[in-house]
Amino acid sequence: MNAPALPRWADVVLLPAVNLLIALLVAALVVALIGQSPGQVMTMLAKGAFGTERGLSYTLYYTTSFIFTGLAVALASHGGLFNIGAEGQATLGGLGTGLVALWLSQTLPAPLLLPLMLVGGALFGMVWAAVPGYLQAYRGSHVVITTIMFNFLASTLLVYLLVNRLRAPGSMSVESVPFGPAAHLPGAHEALAWFGVTWPSSPLNLSLLLALLAAVGVWAFLWKSRAGYQLRAVGASPGAAAYAGIRPKRQVIVAMGLSGALAGMVGMNEIAGVNGKLLLDFAGGAGFTGIAVAVMGRNHPAGIVFASLLFGALFQGGAEVSFEIPGFSRDMVVTLQGFIVLFSGALAHVIAPWLGRLVQLGGRRHTGPTAVVASPEAPNG
Amino acid sequence: MTTAAPVVMSPRAETPVAVRMVGIAKRFGNVQANADVDLTVRAGTVHGLVGENGAGKSTLMSVLYGIVAADSGSIEVDGVPVRIGSAFEAIALGLGMVHQHFMLVETLSAIDNVMLGAEPHLLLKRSGGVVRKGLIGLMAATGLKVELDAVVGDLSVGDQQRLEILKALYRGARILILDEPTAVLTPQETAALFKVLARLRAQGTTIILITHKLKEVMRLCDRVTVMRGGRVVHETSIADASVQGLAEAMVGRKVNMGRQGDAKAAPGATLLQARGLTVRDAMQVVRLRGVGIELRAGEIVGVAGVAGNGQTELLEVLSGLRAPQQGSLRVAGRSFDAGHWLDPRAARALGLAHVPEDRHARAMVMTFGAWESAVLGYEALPVYSCRGWMRHRAMREVTARLMQRFDVRPPNPALDSGKFSGGNQQKLVLAREIGQAPRVLLVGQPTRGVDIGAIEFIHAQLRALRDAGCAVLVVSSELDEILALADRVLVMNEGRITGELPIDECTEARVGLLMVETTAAAG
Repeated sequence: MNAPALPRWADVVLLPAVNLLIALLVAALVVALIGQSPGQVMTMLAKGAFGTERGLSYTLYYTTSFIFTGLAVALASHGGLFNIGAEGQATLGGLGTGLVALWLSQTLPAPLLLPLMLVGGALFGMVWAAVPGYLQAYRGSHVVITTIMFNFLASTLLVYLLVNRLRAPGSMSVESVPFGPAAHLPGAHEALAWFGVTWPSSPLNLSLLLALLAAVGVWAFLWKSRAGYQLRAVGASPGAAAYAGIRPKRQVIVAMGLSGALAGMVGMNEIAGVNGKLLLDFAGGAGFTGIAVAVMGRNHPAGIVFASLLFGALFQGGAEVSFEIPGFSRDMVVTLQGFIVLFSGALAHVIAPWLGRLVQLGGRRHTGPTAVVASPEAPNG
Repeated sequence: MTTAAPVVMSPRAETPVAVRMVGIAKRFGNVQANADVDLTVRAGTVHGLVGENGAGKSTLMSVLYGIVAADSGSIEVDGVPVRIGSAFEAIALGLGMVHQHFMLVETLSAIDNVMLGAEPHLLLKRSGGVVRKGLIGLMAATGLKVELDAVVGDLSVGDQQRLEILKALYRGARILILDEPTAVLTPQETAALFKVLARLRAQGTTIILITHKLKEVMRLCDRVTVMRGGRVVHETSIADASVQGLAEAMVGRKVNMGRQGDAKAAPGATLLQARGLTVRDAMQVVRLRGVGIELRAGEIVGVAGVAGNGQTELLEVLSGLRAPQQGSLRVAGRSFDAGHWLDPRAARALGLAHVPEDRHARAMVMTFGAWESAVLGYEALPVYSCRGWMRHRAMREVTARLMQRFDVRPPNPALDSGKFSGGNQQKLVLAREIGQAPRVLLVGQPTRGVDIGAIEFIHAQLRALRDAGCAVLVVSSELDEILALADRVLVMNEGRITGELPIDECTEARVGLLMVETTAAAG
């Protein structure tokens, strides 16, 4: 209660780092408890995620989807809304991207088609999220409940469409026909080859750049634009927003719509960048991971990019570890993620008071000697 | 409304010392919250502790109650040196604290709130019986009456406060610390509370009253200690104290309170005219019954009344936050009726500015920087945004200028709005609204939770605005404030205007009578 407030650098950098360290220590303890060597597991995890070009590519590929969904959750959260529906919105986004590709991939060239696919995905995600937004604003149905339900609706809708409408004739697998080559978003190895760099083939594709652009865009929207100002006002204080003449109901729909559009862009990574056809479960839980990413990234785009990288590394490195060490299942990786969410999300501020005292102590010791140096006697000494 | 009847004091100077704090010092970061503070409170007295926000009163009491550890100094309770490390230890020593913001569980019943954490028996049912018996005895002895089985959320603010006091007494408190107890009470509830406190004193309870309302100190306390800037600057018995003297000790300079000059207002053209305003809330309870109001250029109209009699709704309707079910409004040549009411944006465009009653929930966004809150409601003006993008530099510059003009401290536009003191927040909000040179200004509770020094400044700004030809409507539950500011006074009760008086015909007694009048004034 009476601990000194953290200076900004400590709040933004030191606190998350210390939280992450605690999470890793606890995870190491659990690893030791099941009879594995924590050092070996951690080293392998880091090597698997960053040690090879291929591993790094996979890490960044996962990171891409997490950035989109993390931004989606964060943007809604700045509007005072908890969007748990990024998974469903990502699914619908993929559907939108895929439908545009199925429709036009034989007729349009890539430079025209790819932007259309992006718009299609964002639009589908936007509409899918705007419906719960409307229901909350004008009908009082809580967005947490409706977005969860919309996740199930999205998943069943995709199954229905793939099984009954979009399945390739005569095929037994639940997938659409492959898109034409114009609908392929170039992979990192292809893009780097244009500049003469050889890079191993991987699912990493140009969506990563799109995700980084989206992060910059969300930052500019929230803190530079008038619409973002109004959105944050509604999120932080609905009463003050109403007083200012900002219509909260409209802002709820705007926040949800934009959030859904961001989640919908996952379709570019998974459908246009990797699979080249519509299939089931391509979102793969990225929507839910997005919640953890937004929490850890403190709802700030820069934080979200770093948190996404961390979770991408855990996904990729964890897969590597479970492959290499018998008896170390993927569930252990999920446990590790759980610790990270616990310590950097739920318990994020538990250590803040102690850290604040430490920082203050350090600061005092630091200013002590400099004062002596600055004193007039110093030159003589 | 009774006028301040001085409670007869018996000479208590010889009674033993209940609390003695010597040389208390406490530092928070760069702020010396308490410096070498001595406080002596004699048993069976009411001791006032006054000072502006940030003077160190709350820190001192937190030290006494074991919430904050002092850097140095010593404490004696009942003549015995003690170290109080936690609130539990404080309670064990017979201390009890009633916080300004109540520490009650709203969904539990009154009796369960008293029992919570002090269950005398393993089984709740048996505990309940014991606690009920004890409480009934306590209520009879003290005159504190609370419906024990009512859910706390349904109790009035006054009832909740009585419950807090009961809770402290039930835990054996002989020394009661009350933090700004009247901030949330109506005048009637305040009178009732003071009666109870006087009775408790007569029964030997020691009371420390933290407040900044000096009239209350004069009315109830035996001694008073004034703090400023973390130090004790003045201590005296009430017999030797005056409101003016205490105010000067608090602020550290001469303050002008009450009416300034007798320059008769010369009202000009009618700028706002409302007729037949009727508002029903979501539960279909009528909040406003056919209220009519007229504001003219160059006058301050005061609306007096016990809080909750339609003043909030009147402000909301006039400022466009809420559309009435019936009624019409003419402002700046535009007419509105119940079907087509103005919204806050339209109101601002017509030169109708509004300083809302609720600073925290309406007037600013507490997590925004001051420079962002300083444009709230005006963010779409070309000065502040261009083609959908905010003009940050212009916003900061304007904020810095407003802060300078209205003496907002610290004058730092980057600081979060919520980190300013109440008075400085209010000055910033007023600066924002007055900075737009409004033709009509609606102000709700202009100085609620604001220091004396800032009150003087805010009143001066409102008068200056009036003299510049603006029509000002001031709604306040502090009658003193209405009497100090208004040129014409409207009194509200139960959603009606029960009377209208020019200021020279206003007396506290006459207005007080109208505040409980139930029929509308004729005409």
